[in-house]
Amino acid sequence: MSTGSAHTEIAIHRSGAQRMGFFTDTTVCIGCKACEVACKQWNDLPADGSVPGKGASYDYTGDLSASTWRHVRFVELLEPSPQLREEAQRALESGGGNKFPAIPASGAIDLVDAAQAGDGAADVAEAVSKMGDWVFMSDVCKHCTNAGCLDACPTGALIRTEHQTVVLQPDVCNGCGYCVPACPFGVVDRDPQDGRAGKCTLCYDRLEDGLEPACAKSCPTDSIQFGPHEELVEIASRRVARLHERGIEGAYLYGAGDEPDEQLAGGLGAFFLLTEPPELYGLPAQADSPVQENVVPATLAAVGAGLLASAGAVIAFVAAGRLSRRRPVRESW
Amino acid sequence: MTATDPTTSTTPVATPAPEAIAGDGGIRSYHGQPVLKEPVWSWEIPCYFYTGGLTGASSGLAFLAELRGNDLLARRAWAAAMMGGVASPLLLISDLGKPERFLNMLRMFKVTSPMSVGSWILVVAGGSTPLAAIDAWTGWIPGGKYARRTAAMFGLPLATYTAALVSNTAIPVWHKAHRMLPFVFGSGAAMSAGAATVALTPPGAAAPARRLALAGAVAGAVTSELMEHRLGEQGEPYKQGAAATFRRVGRVAGAAGALLLVSRGRSSRAAAVASGMLLSAAALSTRWSVFKAGFQSASDPKYVIGPQREAISRGERRGAARREPRI
Repeated sequence: MSTGSAHTEIAIHRSGAQRMGFFTDTTVCIGCKACEVACKQWNDLPADGSVPGKGASYDYTGDLSASTWRHVRFVELLEPSPQLREEAQRALESGGGNKFPAIPASGAIDLVDAAQAGDGAADVAEAVSKMGDWVFMSDVCKHCTNAGCLDACPTGALIRTEHQTVVLQPDVCNGCGYCVPACPFGVVDRDPQDGRAGKCTLCYDRLEDGLEPACAKSCPTDSIQFGPHEELVEIASRRVARLHERGIEGAYLYGAGDEPDEQLAGGLGAFFLLTEPPELYGLPAQADSPVQENVVPATLAAVGAGLLASAGAVIAFVAAGRLSRRRPVRESW
Repeated sequence: MTATDPTTSTTPVATPAPEAIAGDGGIRSYHGQPVLKEPVWSWEIPCYFYTGGLTGASSGLAFLAELRGNDLLARRAWAAAMMGGVASPLLLISDLGKPERFLNMLRMFKVTSPMSVGSWILVVAGGSTPLAAIDAWTGWIPGGKYARRTAAMFGLPLATYTAALVSNTAIPVWHKAHRMLPFVFGSGAAMSAGAATVALTPPGAAAPARRLALAGAVAGAVTSELMEHRLGEQGEPYKQGAAATFRRVGRVAGAAGALLLVSRGRSSRAAAVASGMLLSAAALSTRWSVFKAGFQSASDPKYVIGPQREAISRGERRGAARREPRI
């Protein structure tokens, strides 16, 4: 499926910093997990066990972690998506015996069989209502404009690069763990074996050599596109418009194209095209750098509390001053 | 959009029924899995919340006691401050993923990072407190009075910055409590310092410490209650699991310690020691409760998703996704 101009290898020039990013289009993701494999392979990340049932549905990866920087989520829709309805209609019109998935996956649904078996319309309607399908979404670090992890990092291990990406320098990180709860997307994690935090670097090393990140390179459907952020937003906006024309009205961009003061975390370097509410993909509906939200009032409150405690101590002395002098004090335990 | 029956090709057979979405607040999460990561911090961190508060507030108590000429109380309070001041950096270093890289904390001074600012506060307070304590006991430290002043001054932020640190995370039960949590920690610090000093000091000289411990206990109970009240449903983790257990232990030990201190603390050294230990246990347990509540609030997506949608529906658009949930 074409989604606009194709990005293959993009030469990166260091002069003139340009924001680079990912546009992940969930409507063309087939859940093959090639991105996860390519990421692990290129970045030399250890396996963390593909255990069936580790996540939910067919998601055996479970979570983004210090050693998993791409994570294909298997979102289950409990009703057929508009796309699936469209396919079902085409199948019925052509009379082909297409099999449609049902959730839970207890076998496929054949609409033509359903139409011919009983009293037609009613059976087909019932069969369609039983259809469910998956929406796949390859999750990744969002490389936020207002990056909570970057604000929180006390050592300067997390930096903003010349590509406007957020990269963790493993040779600086001392594993304090503050970036982990500071991420409103639950992306960053600390490796229990290694002791340091880890997350997507947007393949900083590949970018230096003019290569696109491994996940985007390996994606067979171009669900993951890499390029200059501005261009990606344009491509993505055109894609949303085209999906709306096709009747998929729920399509929207998560993390790009919003009003300046409504941007998720100030705008995401890696943004997504979604068709369902963000929560269904495990994404927050609202996100900002927690430090930028709270640092001023929380610091004022901390200073105020400290001063109040001191005032309390002073009062304790004033009130108790005479009392302590009233009796003779022996220096003894 | 409708699919059509192949035989009649006019009968609509599938209408997209707006199906109620299961889950909390009418919104489905991703298979009920958490949105946020739980912190990776272990037992050292809540212990440090306690020892940091103890060090900071004890330094202040000791300094004020000196000013009032109560040298006996001052020395015992400096001893309490020194115990906390030595334990604090050890606890923090022990919790690092790479303890041998603890000096990286001082690579830079980063105002956006409460942990960076806090590390510098701890360096100054933790460095000056033992000097101050040794000087108070022996008078051997050259320029010891400056160490005492420094320890007291930096003890103030040391006692409360950890609350600002955790409320600058995305963990809802900490993040939403950013105005109250420093007061909870400040009260706890006052109680910790008062309690430790009461336990270490002959009752005759310990009147200010007793008052500080009691005031801290009362303020801690009030501010905790207020914080949970203001958190509303978001405060539920405090009533569940380990957080609730620590909270209960904190309240019982706090009440028992305070009662004992009021009734027998002035007359009996044994009672003073026992009540000091009870109040110290209460302070430590309360920090553990806050710590555990953070984990519990991160692990259940309902505390993350529900309030976000409520905020968006109230019209808060900052950092908000546009797509509304289908209900």
